[in-house]
Amino acid sequence: MAAFLDSIGYNNWVLPALLIIPLIGSILVLLAPVRTTDGTGVESPAARQIAFWLFILEFIVSLGLWWSFNPSNTGWQASVDLPWIPSWGVRFTLGIDGIALMMILLTTFIMPLSVLGSWTSIRTKTRSYYALLLILTSGMLGVFLARDLFLFYVFWEVMLVPMYFIIGIWGGERRIYASIKFFIYTFLPSLLMLVAIIYMGLQLRGQTGTPDFSYDLLLAAGTLSSRAALWLFAAFAFAFAVKVPMFPFHTWLPDAHVEAPTAGSVILAGIMLKMGTFGFLRFALPLFPGAAMNPTVRLIILILAVIGIIYGALVAMVQPDFKKLVAYSSVSHLGFVMLGIFALTLQSVQGALMVMINHGISTGALFLLVGIIYERRHTRLIDSYGGIARVVPMFAAMLTFVSLSSIGLPGTNGFVGEFLVLIGSFRTYPVLAVIAATGVIFAAAYLLWAIQRILFNPLDKPENTHVPDLNRRELALLLPLIAAIIWLGVYPAPVLRRMEGSAQLLVNRVTGTAGNVAAINASEVGR
Amino acid sequence: MMLLQAVATATHPLSGSVAEWVWLLPVLPLIGFVINGLLSLNSAHFGPTDPSTAGHHPHSQSAAEAPAISHAEEAGAVGDDHHAVKRHRFAGLVSIIGPGVLILAFALAVMIWQAMVGAHPTTPFIQRYFSWMPVGDLQIDAAFQLDQLSMVMVLVITGVGALIHIFSVGYMQDDPGYPRYFAYLNLFVFFMLMLVLGANYPILFIGWEGVGLCSYLLIGFWFNDKANADAGKKAFIVNRIGDFGFLVAMFMLFANIGVLDFVGLNAHAGELATNGGLVTAICLFMFLGCTGKSAQIPLYIWLPDAMAGPTPVSALIHAATMVTAGVYLIARSAVLFSLSPVASLTVAVVGALTAIFAATIGLKQWDIKKVLAYSTISQLGYMFVGVGVGAYVAGMFHLVTHAFFKALLFLGSGSVIYAMHAAYHATGSHEDAQDMRNMGGLRRYLPVTFVLMWIATLAISGIPPFAGFFSKDEILGSVFARAQGSTLASASWLGIPGNYLLYAIYAIGLAAAFMTAVYMTRMMLYTFHGPNRTGQREAENLGEAPWVMTGPLVVLGILTIFGGWLNLPAIVTEYVPLGPGQVLEHWLEPVVGAPTEHIIAGAPQTPATTEEFLIGAAVIIAVVGILFAWLRLKPDRLPTAREAVPETGFEKVVAHKYYVDEGLDRAIVTPTYAASRNFLWRIIDNGLIDGFFVNGSAALARGFGWVGSRLQSGNVGIYAWVLVVGVLAMLGALTLHR
Repeated sequence: MAAFLDSIGYNNWVLPALLIIPLIGSILVLLAPVRTTDGTGVESPAARQIAFWLFILEFIVSLGLWWSFNPSNTGWQASVDLPWIPSWGVRFTLGIDGIALMMILLTTFIMPLSVLGSWTSIRTKTRSYYALLLILTSGMLGVFLARDLFLFYVFWEVMLVPMYFIIGIWGGERRIYASIKFFIYTFLPSLLMLVAIIYMGLQLRGQTGTPDFSYDLLLAAGTLSSRAALWLFAAFAFAFAVKVPMFPFHTWLPDAHVEAPTAGSVILAGIMLKMGTFGFLRFALPLFPGAAMNPTVRLIILILAVIGIIYGALVAMVQPDFKKLVAYSSVSHLGFVMLGIFALTLQSVQGALMVMINHGISTGALFLLVGIIYERRHTRLIDSYGGIARVVPMFAAMLTFVSLSSIGLPGTNGFVGEFLVLIGSFRTYPVLAVIAATGVIFAAAYLLWAIQRILFNPLDKPENTHVPDLNRRELALLLPLIAAIIWLGVYPAPVLRRMEGSAQLLVNRVTGTAGNVAAINASEVGR
Repeated sequence: MMLLQAVATATHPLSGSVAEWVWLLPVLPLIGFVINGLLSLNSAHFGPTDPSTAGHHPHSQSAAEAPAISHAEEAGAVGDDHHAVKRHRFAGLVSIIGPGVLILAFALAVMIWQAMVGAHPTTPFIQRYFSWMPVGDLQIDAAFQLDQLSMVMVLVITGVGALIHIFSVGYMQDDPGYPRYFAYLNLFVFFMLMLVLGANYPILFIGWEGVGLCSYLLIGFWFNDKANADAGKKAFIVNRIGDFGFLVAMFMLFANIGVLDFVGLNAHAGELATNGGLVTAICLFMFLGCTGKSAQIPLYIWLPDAMAGPTPVSALIHAATMVTAGVYLIARSAVLFSLSPVASLTVAVVGALTAIFAATIGLKQWDIKKVLAYSTISQLGYMFVGVGVGAYVAGMFHLVTHAFFKALLFLGSGSVIYAMHAAYHATGSHEDAQDMRNMGGLRRYLPVTFVLMWIATLAISGIPPFAGFFSKDEILGSVFARAQGSTLASASWLGIPGNYLLYAIYAIGLAAAFMTAVYMTRMMLYTFHGPNRTGQREAENLGEAPWVMTGPLVVLGILTIFGGWLNLPAIVTEYVPLGPGQVLEHWLEPVVGAPTEHIIAGAPQTPATTEEFLIGAAVIIAVVGILFAWLRLKPDRLPTAREAVPETGFEKVVAHKYYVDEGLDRAIVTPTYAASRNFLWRIIDNGLIDGFFVNGSAALARGFGWVGSRLQSGNVGIYAWVLVVGVLAMLGALTLHR
């Protein structure tokens, strides 16, 4: 496979292609016919079909990375480097490491499924909707690919706008409030990050006088005073913490999740939340190791992470709205990711990466299932259901299985991530790891209680007795997720191996540099 | 096939033998699960292609699917359960596959056992399949380990499991969820075999939580009843509390000795010996896991509720196999526990307290399955006493014999309930088919079940020569011997000298044995003796179950009679030529021999006269217990459940299980829920974080904007006023400054 990919020069064009396909695709979608020709006034299915096949194409194109990626090479792979805005020193530099690889595959895997999830639930302005989904994809992939901080910032903001519209136009009743809250809440900290990026770019100004935003150069420079590094770290960390979202910056999430259409929630939870943790891994930690390893800073973040785990679970438990319950469960899961990242052992970081992937799959699947039942009954309130496992056995089997993966049943993906995070964190922060481990109890409590009230108990509401079960499209959209849950639970080794080099490099860089910045920087330049 | 990559086993005596097929053991029930699961979902109907209108316009469905749905509506229910009265469409196929995979697995297990008997390996046979979680110095393999300990468990699981599967064919035959039932049951066996075959703690943990999952699914099998769904959920969550302890134990092991596999543990455990506190902590966290899975104090509370599941499930999962996993785990970790006298004594103390506590509750239960549930908790307590005092063989011995006689008791009660249910069904009565006050005199209608259950009752009470006598006696004898001299006797537990503690445990064990005899005799008296209380018309419909159900009972009865032969004590074989003695002890020697030696190092040999005295005392206690119940209880005068007067005073407290559930509910469940809802969500999340800070800052920004917009109204008058105020303020400031 690798030989074939080499022969077509795959590594030279794949990353730009992944960014361009959705952009061109969005134009194609906008050119699709508006209405069907039969005069019924129903919107044409052409837009969704074009979008679906484009996302399939995107997935297939990205899939080559799985084989072309060399796990033993910890440097950038499939790199592209083009000048973009020379007078500002901004370059169009792309590249992947093991971490970005898995995030890209997660993104391209989730996107076609989210189109299938929107298949019948999005009925108005379908062309704009699918065009926005495509633009959003370019933005998200760009964040994972960018090796230039300015370029990264551009993608970071690009993905905000389509999501704002997706929530604001196709969302639920309080969509305007939710979309504005989402936008402003995540935008404001980003501005602080922009200031930090510009400051750093200006610091790097060479003899030519133009600033430089190159990630590699910034990594090697190490000219920041520890005071400046702390402030810059704070700016980055704030932007990322809101995106994660970390307790107590999480309150935009339940609103955005609940009001977003199904695909919006899937993408938000599945991919966009990972931007925050990815940001920590890519930028906040390696660029400012001294600040990140500052014992006080580290302890504050770790404690917030553990609070997030427990708090998210407890608040999820009491939600009357199933979608909101899943939203709060995200706060809990992302707490595990933050714990793993800042515990900074190889196992904990690898675990954090696994939780990022798993959360994308399992929570994505949960949102799809909520969407499926919402389409039938037009309510998300848990109390509106009860006993429907009798009526919709396939749906029940799927929801039960996905819930089990979300609570980390061994043999499913959820366990691998949480286990690695906890066993790794225990090495550096045993007390926090033990407290975090109680999260497995609360997770079982809130999800099992919820599915009991939805699927089990007496079937006592007449309106629930004739709910149709999954149709073939819905089954087709859930089966890949189920397969991924089992695969990552039983045989995660190929994924772990691909990420190990990057995770190890990160741990070495951050823990190594914190003590002796100069020494490591010298070796960094040598590399 | 990837599964066959046996690595580094070339020199093992079992390599090349039938033991190479050990991977097939769990795969067989897994195949059963997949097929039965698909058959179960097969009766589901696909929904319409566009579901968004389905709720409002059921008739707009496509023509092809509408008839199927309306047909189901006419049947009165939809989906899995829609053949409410007639047998499931695939009942025949499921009846072959469900028990079939278990019988095949048992046959394979017997062949492997034969190979082991021949080869007599002293080291475990390891089969490594692939790398599961390789992360730096953490290398967790998907690997199986076959040794004498796991072999015993495999034989019990597949053997007793096969019998219970066969019994289920009759017991569940009319259930609309028939394929789903066998799917879950097969899945359970799969996970249980993973548990006992796993070569490291994480693989064991897959099985550990997996059996908990199946228990959850099967307790809540009839999920449309809220009580059942509640019980399933409770079992899962309480087990998760234990699993938390297990997880922490694994973290501590890895952080300190860097291994999680059993071979590595045996090699490196010595490094922990210098740090007694650490070993104790690891063992205690691990034991927390055992208290969850094996229903010991304080996490026993889920098991009585678990009786909501179908009775064969109670027999297989909640008596014979899953609940004994904790005992297995300690035997498996014997090398760790033997290093920590404090942890070992804790295990024994908790076991003893559980044994007597549950026995007292068992005295006052009316539901036949609840009696057996508390009896199981109590017997599990004995097993923990055994492994706690370092008598790992005795603990495992009782595990095996208990699997025989308790499975028999549960299946027997299943046969009783089946008969009662059929009788009530025939007359349309809605009485409780499990309440002993509604039974009575069943010996005339269920003679086979009656005889077999008496055998099991004698066994559990400790009457020789039945299985339970030997195993229980060996546990109590070991406690006594350890008290006279061992590392445990010379240790101190919470300031109490170890030997005093062990004598106390011995005394508690005897007292619990007395109560066991009492409550079991009580159950037999009320169920089978005295007059019949079902009612005239119901009694005409009472009868023995079909042979597919009584057949397994008979086999279990034979095992209950002869199970003791597995490990006859030397003191018996010396005088009575019953056969070879201490078979199980020799069999398990390679696995638990060294840790046992470590605990009894330098202990004096118990004199034969003492041993004879101990055995005599145990038998007398059991006989007195049975006679006491026989003479005191009057089944002739027992009122039915409907007529019964409620208990008062202490009896009421015991009958209500000391109000532990209610107490926990008030102390933990309700406050957690209320605090999460009213404080965390309403006040902290919505009020403080979102309301005050987030929306507050937004409001603040809006406020500034409002003020700003007022200021830029274009009204020159206001500009002039602002100008004047500003000038005055500046002048004033300058003046004051000077």
